[in-house]
Amino acid sequence: MATDHTAHHDAHHHTPSFAQRWLFGTNHKDIGTLYLVFSLVMFLIGGAMALVIRAELFQPGLQLVNPEFFNQMTTVHALVMIFGAVMPAFVGLGNWMIPLMVGAPDMALPRMNNWSFWILPFAFLMLLSTLFMEGGGPAGGWTLYPPLSLQGGNSIAFVIFAIHLMGISSIMGAINIIATILNMRAPGMDLLKMPIFVWSWLITAFLLIAVMPVLAGAVTMLLTDKFFATSFFNAAGGGDPVLFQHIFWFFGHPEVYIMILPAFGIISEIIPTFARKPLFGYQAMVYAIASIAFLSFIVWAHHMFTVGMPLGGELFFMYATMLIAVPTGVKVFNWVSTMWKGSMTFETPMLFALGFVVMFTIGGFSGLMLAIVPADFQYHDTYFVVAHFHYVLVTGAIFAIMAGTYYWLPKWTGFMYNETLGKWHFWLSTIFVNLLFFPQHFLGLAGMPRRIPDYNIAFSDFNMISSVGAFGFGLSQLLFAYIVWSCARGGARATDRVWEGAKGLEWTVPSPAPHHTFTTPPRIDDRELAHGDVSH
Amino acid sequence: MANTTHDPNVYYVPHGSKWPLVGSVGLFLTVGGFANWMNGSTGLGQVMSLAGVAILLWMMWGWFGDVIRESVRGMYNRQVGVSFRMGMIWFIFSEVMFFAAFFGALFYARALSVPWLGGVGDGAATNAFLWSGFDAAWPTNGPAAIGGDFGLIPAWGLPLLNTLILLASGVTITIAHHALKAGQRTRLLVWLGATIVLGVIFLVFQAEEYVHAYRDLNLTLGSGIYGSTFFMLTGFHGLHVTLGTIMLIVIWFRCLKGHFSRDDHFGFEAVAWYWHFVDVVWLGLFLFVYVL
Amino acid sequence: MMARRFLTATALLAGSAGAALANPKPWQLNMTPGVTEMSRQVYDLHMLILWICVVIGVLVFGAMAYAMFKFRKSKGAVAARWSHNTTAEIVWTVIPVLILVAMAWPATKTLIEMADTDDAELTVKVTGYQWLWRYEYVGTDVNFVSKLDRDSDRTRMLRSGLDPAAVTVDGENTYLLNVDRPLVLPTGTKIRFVITANDVIHSWWVPALGWKQDAIPGFINEAWTRIDTPGTYRGQCAELCGKDHGFMPIVVEAVPPAQFAAWLGETDAIAKAARAAEAAPAVAAAPTADAGASAADAQ
Ligand code: HEA
Ligand code: HEA
Ligand code: CUA
Ligand SMILES: [Cu+2]
Repeated sequence: MATDHTAHHDAHHHTPSFAQRWLFGTNHKDIGTLYLVFSLVMFLIGGAMALVIRAELFQPGLQLVNPEFFNQMTTVHALVMIFGAVMPAFVGLGNWMIPLMVGAPDMALPRMNNWSFWILPFAFLMLLSTLFMEGGGPAGGWTLYPPLSLQGGNSIAFVIFAIHLMGISSIMGAINIIATILNMRAPGMDLLKMPIFVWSWLITAFLLIAVMPVLAGAVTMLLTDKFFATSFFNAAGGGDPVLFQHIFWFFGHPEVYIMILPAFGIISEIIPTFARKPLFGYQAMVYAIASIAFLSFIVWAHHMFTVGMPLGGELFFMYATMLIAVPTGVKVFNWVSTMWKGSMTFETPMLFALGFVVMFTIGGFSGLMLAIVPADFQYHDTYFVVAHFHYVLVTGAIFAIMAGTYYWLPKWTGFMYNETLGKWHFWLSTIFVNLLFFPQHFLGLAGMPRRIPDYNIAFSDFNMISSVGAFGFGLSQLLFAYIVWSCARGGARATDRVWEGAKGLEWTVPSPAPHHTFTTPPRIDDRELAHGDVSH
Repeated sequence: MANTTHDPNVYYVPHGSKWPLVGSVGLFLTVGGFANWMNGSTGLGQVMSLAGVAILLWMMWGWFGDVIRESVRGMYNRQVGVSFRMGMIWFIFSEVMFFAAFFGALFYARALSVPWLGGVGDGAATNAFLWSGFDAAWPTNGPAAIGGDFGLIPAWGLPLLNTLILLASGVTITIAHHALKAGQRTRLLVWLGATIVLGVIFLVFQAEEYVHAYRDLNLTLGSGIYGSTFFMLTGFHGLHVTLGTIMLIVIWFRCLKGHFSRDDHFGFEAVAWYWHFVDVVWLGLFLFVYVL
Repeated sequence: MMARRFLTATALLAGSAGAALANPKPWQLNMTPGVTEMSRQVYDLHMLILWICVVIGVLVFGAMAYAMFKFRKSKGAVAARWSHNTTAEIVWTVIPVLILVAMAWPATKTLIEMADTDDAELTVKVTGYQWLWRYEYVGTDVNFVSKLDRDSDRTRMLRSGLDPAAVTVDGENTYLLNVDRPLVLPTGTKIRFVITANDVIHSWWVPALGWKQDAIPGFINEAWTRIDTPGTYRGQCAELCGKDHGFMPIVVEAVPPAQFAAWLGETDAIAKAARAAEAAPAVAAAPTADAGASAADAQ
């Protein structure tokens, strides 16, 4: 292989064959595109499952699916959304933008980059195929708690191996990103001059490498408990079912920040652009991300306040969890300060970014409430928790991904998307998503447990509203798919800078970004960077 | 080749490789086969996973082959070398975290779950209502004595010997590295060869220990939490030693072929780091699994 | 025969039923304060943090709204150049810390109280099964299982065609919130629960008592309550435990201590008799299979 390609070394500009480009390709932009398309497909699949859930919950009584199938939908919905939609979307954005932002010719390890991606379709083929197996897919919740998760049928081994594959993919992706950021920056792109999106990804990648292997270990123990007679999670043999929860959440909590830190990065790129003012407190933003990442390793048991931990443990995990509000608050305040005395316009990326700030903060508030142990004794495993994490994940992570997509789409395609439709997409999404998830707070407080297919009459009204919101929000996403698709096909030509206030290296290359950029490192012009005065 | 004179200021970006996709298919078949196997479709499972492993081996052969060819042709500048090194370091870090999960399980069982079952600390009610009569002590196979009585492997026999062997192998590979840097080919091959031999001896002893445990001591994966942690930790470690030994053998042949220069031998270094990592994990095992 | 005696036992409770009902209400927006000192503390804590969050939210979103209104390009706003302000940054790091301490303080106090299960006057062992609960009054022979009532059970079948709204007790909808046999508890008494499970993890939760506690197979978790008001309090299993996780409710029937003592005495006597009857057939052999069956029933 290498031989042919060195032979064609100067032949980049010939169009490579379809397979060369999309199956065997090593170009970070193509791989980024693959990730993003994959992610969108997974979002629609995971969303379709959510719609099954919401349809069944539309009214009390079981109308559509068995409880078994309902539980499979809940479980697979979450796994698909987390590992299939949100994480690959961020990796896709990272692939596309990090080399452009730091002035690198490509990712540091381009072949491995291709591998990271191509493991994913196989992993999800395996995961989704379990739904059609005897005994159905996994039905023990995405958290896979034993002993319940071990009661599954044929799916168990496949699900576990699918998770192993996803882990391998994430770890390789993360290694690549770290190597790219640390090793491939153009001369003069000091660490503390990097765009904040790059910073957020650097730290996220570190989290990924630290916790994905732990998840792999946890599910490996599940596998051996099921098939090889080990007793990790069996009290009769000296183990403890709760041990799994500790290991799982040691992964799981950093995982939720893996799904939000790159979002912070995207928002921190967009707000300065549309406020036409440098990001407020650049260094504080970097330190805040780092502190959040650090704290994420010592708060895992806040998911387990009701398992019967010793008092000291409950207190420790409560205090540590609450502390996360401080660096997160710094981020929120800095975003608002960036807007303050700016000169704002409200194109679609900015709308999504502002929506993010408001609704993520609402999700953060409910998170903080959950951190208060005695109160969590009431909230835990109710729809209040469901409301919390969908605010941070849907109006947080997903909104940020959409904001980033609108923001960089013209750079990718060379065309402007349809701004009117974009605004429609934003407003429809925002209205429906709140209809969808806000009432879930009430349901949880009134006592509706999560992961149930049917409920008491008292919960009918808010569930109905929530389901209407879900279908409205889901349909609005078809608009998103349409906007992206039509922007890829044509439209008004995008300028190189695209947005009046945009700063950073990625805006110095043509739109669409040529297949190869920065094959020789660019010169860094500090005035072109987005963080203003970073000397303090 | 016309283009072997790659501009050293340009980071070499390979163009197109089928190996990643081949590797994905290989992984998919391997684990899919295992899963079928576990679910009782033994025949199908075996065929699938063996095919998968074969494809993975083919992939490694081809992929590493490409890398070696490119490297030998001098297409990698220093910056590419740094990327490779970072890749390897972070990969090893991920392995450390994988082991951390199992060490975590061991510590949790020893410090928390077993004492609780035995009524210590917060476990008074657990012991009184569910497992009265069970006394917490390590090693244990739990209050239900899962797997039946078992014997132990004393730390100061084979495990100690194995510790010394691995420590020695850490020294031999370092000597080999110095030899490589000094350009002394024979010395390099001898000491690297010694490292391989030590690795193999370690594995043989380890296998012997397992046979002894299963046959004579009734100590198995099914011996409650002790058996679980013992075999999973030492087993995954053994697997890593096996991989490390194979890597050493590959590197030995590459040294023989003269692939490495005195100041550019990433392949060698990567394997050496990996070997040291395996070594350090063993020290942790020796301490926490055998001695304490 | 056993069934009739069981009825008399429940008749004892009839007087207290309806004293306080803790069913969730349609359009209910908030948690209820519950019926114990602890549940009220939890409620107050919940309201405290809720209001703190609301206030911070109003400030932050208010500032954002002001900025969006005031500093828009279309209104001719010109962007300032500054990009940090150390004083402000210190202020909004320190103030949140203080707010957090203000929240953590009462939370810690409440938590410490909740963790103290000493000096209980009654111990009830709760065991979760797929998909029902077993209750044992420790120190007596009273030991029975409690599972979803038949009305709800029939209605909840896939496409049963039955109307969930029609499942009621005393005019309150009890769909999925009623059981065949409630857990009877005395008011004004410190009751300790020892909670475990037999198969997978469950979680025992009655919102009116202010907490939930996981039931872990092989381990005992402890919790306690002291119920102020007699009444019927409903809850549900709160940890995914398989296909019928949504169908293993909990009903606590709280009665005044004297009434409880009477109930416990009678039920214990029935249980003891049943146990004796169970021991007997071993000697008296065949014809008493019926008694064995009802003993199992009472178990
Ligand atoms: C992107 C994902 C994401 C993010 C960012 C968060 C953020 C937070 N989460 Fe969330 N969480 C999840 C995803 C996420 N969570 C998921 C998926 C679950 C459920 C998993 C499952 O069981 O399936 C969960 C569950 C969960 C629980 C367990 C609930 C239970 O099961 O009982 C808890 C408990 O402490 C918690 C807490 C928090 C906290 C304190 C934060 C903090 O980071 C929030 C910090 C932000 C703010 C506080 C707002 C902004 C701050 C200010 C404006 C400053 C001033 C504010 C104050 C001083 C109050 N989360
Ligand atoms: C990033 C993560 C993420 C995302 C984006 C979402 C998105 C959504 N989630 Fe999900 N969710 C989780 C993560 C996520 N969720 C997790 C971790 C759990 C916990 C699981 C567990 O308990 O184990 C959960 C659980 C969960 C529940 C609770 C289930 C239960 O406890 O029983 C519900 C119920 O309403 C729900 C709903 C939704 C909805 C309506 C969306 C919507 O935002 C989805 C919108 C998108 C669409 C609707 C797709 C649009 C596509 C179309 C309209 C085309 C359809 C095509 C065809 C039909 C051909 N989710
Ligand atoms: Cu029992 Cu859920
Ligand atoms: Cu968390």
